[in-house]
Amino acid sequence: MILYNALFSKKTIIIGIVLLVAFLLLPYFLTRFYIYLLALIFAICLLATSLNMVLGFGGMYQFHHAVFYGFGAYAFALFVTKSGLPIWIGYVIAPFCSALLGLVLGLITVRLTQLYFGMLQLSLGSLVWAITYRWYSFTGGDDGIHGIPIPDLIGSSTGAYYFNLIVTAACLLLMYIIVNSPFGRTFQGIRDNPERCEAVGINVQRQQLVGQIIAAFFAGIAGTLFVTIEGSVFPDLMFWTFSMETLIMCLLGGWFFFMGPALGAVIIITVRTFVGIYTEYWTLILGLVLMLLIFFLPEGVLSLFFKKDVPSEKKEG
Amino acid sequence: MLQVKALQKSFDGFLAVNDTTLNVEKGDVVAVIGPNGAGKTTLFHLITGQLAPTSGSILFKEENIAGMLPYLVCRKGISRSYQVVNIFNRLTVFENVQVAVLSYRKKTFNIFQPAKTMAVSETRKILGSVGLLDKSEMTSGSLSHGDQKVLEIAIALGNRPELLILDEPTAGMSPEETAVTLRLMERLSGELGLTILFCEHDMGMVFSIASRIMVMKQGKSIIQGSPDEVRNNQQVREAYLGGADQCST
Repeated sequence: MILYNALFSKKTIIIGIVLLVAFLLLPYFLTRFYIYLLALIFAICLLATSLNMVLGFGGMYQFHHAVFYGFGAYAFALFVTKSGLPIWIGYVIAPFCSALLGLVLGLITVRLTQLYFGMLQLSLGSLVWAITYRWYSFTGGDDGIHGIPIPDLIGSSTGAYYFNLIVTAACLLLMYIIVNSPFGRTFQGIRDNPERCEAVGINVQRQQLVGQIIAAFFAGIAGTLFVTIEGSVFPDLMFWTFSMETLIMCLLGGWFFFMGPALGAVIIITVRTFVGIYTEYWTLILGLVLMLLIFFLPEGVLSLFFKKDVPSEKKEG
Repeated sequence: MLQVKALQKSFDGFLAVNDTTLNVEKGDVVAVIGPNGAGKTTLFHLITGQLAPTSGSILFKEENIAGMLPYLVCRKGISRSYQVVNIFNRLTVFENVQVAVLSYRKKTFNIFQPAKTMAVSETRKILGSVGLLDKSEMTSGSLSHGDQKVLEIAIALGNRPELLILDEPTAGMSPEETAVTLRLMERLSGELGLTILFCEHDMGMVFSIASRIMVMKQGKSIIQGSPDEVRNNQQVREAYLGGADQCST
């Protein structure tokens, strides 16, 4: 109970419950297409929020987050198609595979800071993509893997919807707890001022490494959610352009807000789906929206509703 | 407590700190003075690990900490504040100090407890002692410059240091704010028994609080002694004060 009082206001709990109930009832009113679309949005919300844990709350320039997402999806697909073991085990193993990749890439990249960190991650992530793209005998190369069996319980589009909804809600709750824990507080300190963090006795690199592993873990879960609805994986899942798209979701929704990236994900996927019907140049519209946003709402859409008295630039003393 | 011996730091051949010697005993309030560019801040960076010395030794409680990483130096019991405000801009005043307290308590990897309920009384105690308690919920980036400088000190106190290093704690402050900071330093030294090493340009402040003063010029330590010894030292007058009698203020 103490935990709830410390983390959530009454208003937040009520809004959360109302949203959850609404999402639980929605499939009764929606067509299959919209159920599929929402299930996809849940997965991407989870992905964007996991990115923002290290980006907005940790200040790390995580330029290639999709690699952990794709890696989780592939780990799940390969486990299910090649091991012959129960599929549910795949759901447990895949996020840990992503976390392991987070550890390996993190051990190399956290030695650098800011842009250098981001660029190195981009190159190493692209390397993982290239291996996946070329290793036909194991990963299926650019064809990917199709027809991945999903447990019957969640095999239908409604089943997948509920599964994605519950997993995403549980993961968002967990991430919210982490962001508000001492670890999260320290992480925000590192975002604001890594030098000062070192001076108060914090091992910044180790903290960032752990953050990277946690973010990769949740991205891996998002990857398995994607496979649950699509039943297939392909190298594009870990291509760098998708990482950039996820990054834009965070900036668009508001990367200093916990729910900002989820909102960004909703906006981008909706725009892509509906504007995409009329024109293949939907990114043009997105680009325009983004430009306006940078000028008028540099801290994202959510900053419209939640004003913070934060100076946008550090004052020099 | 702290002995700096024959310390050197060279930047591409330029000796910013050259053969510096400094001795700080437990309970001392030691001031480092010297003209701009004398190497005071570099010396502090070397002690706290932000920079690695080219040669020489820094003994803290008999252990050589020269070249040690900043977070390890901090864990040995040395905290510092900065000349230019160096705080966590987006966090509240409370959270700024809390980060340091959580670090001191080794809780930075705790991921399941709400931070809001942790280290609250200690953080509030520190904020109370520096007079920032009523502003604890304000975002630190929106504080006045004077308050930010005080917050600097408060963050440094979060680690319960044995040696507190303050780099120009009153730089840019109004005379009133300077007086408040001076009283704060007196209290930290008197009531908490903290050992303080600081550098400062305000001579009035230096001579009113320091128990010992070290004078630096062009990277070298000229003299370390009591305020009277320093005031009457001919070399100091010529080198630093240009012969003028400013020390008597």
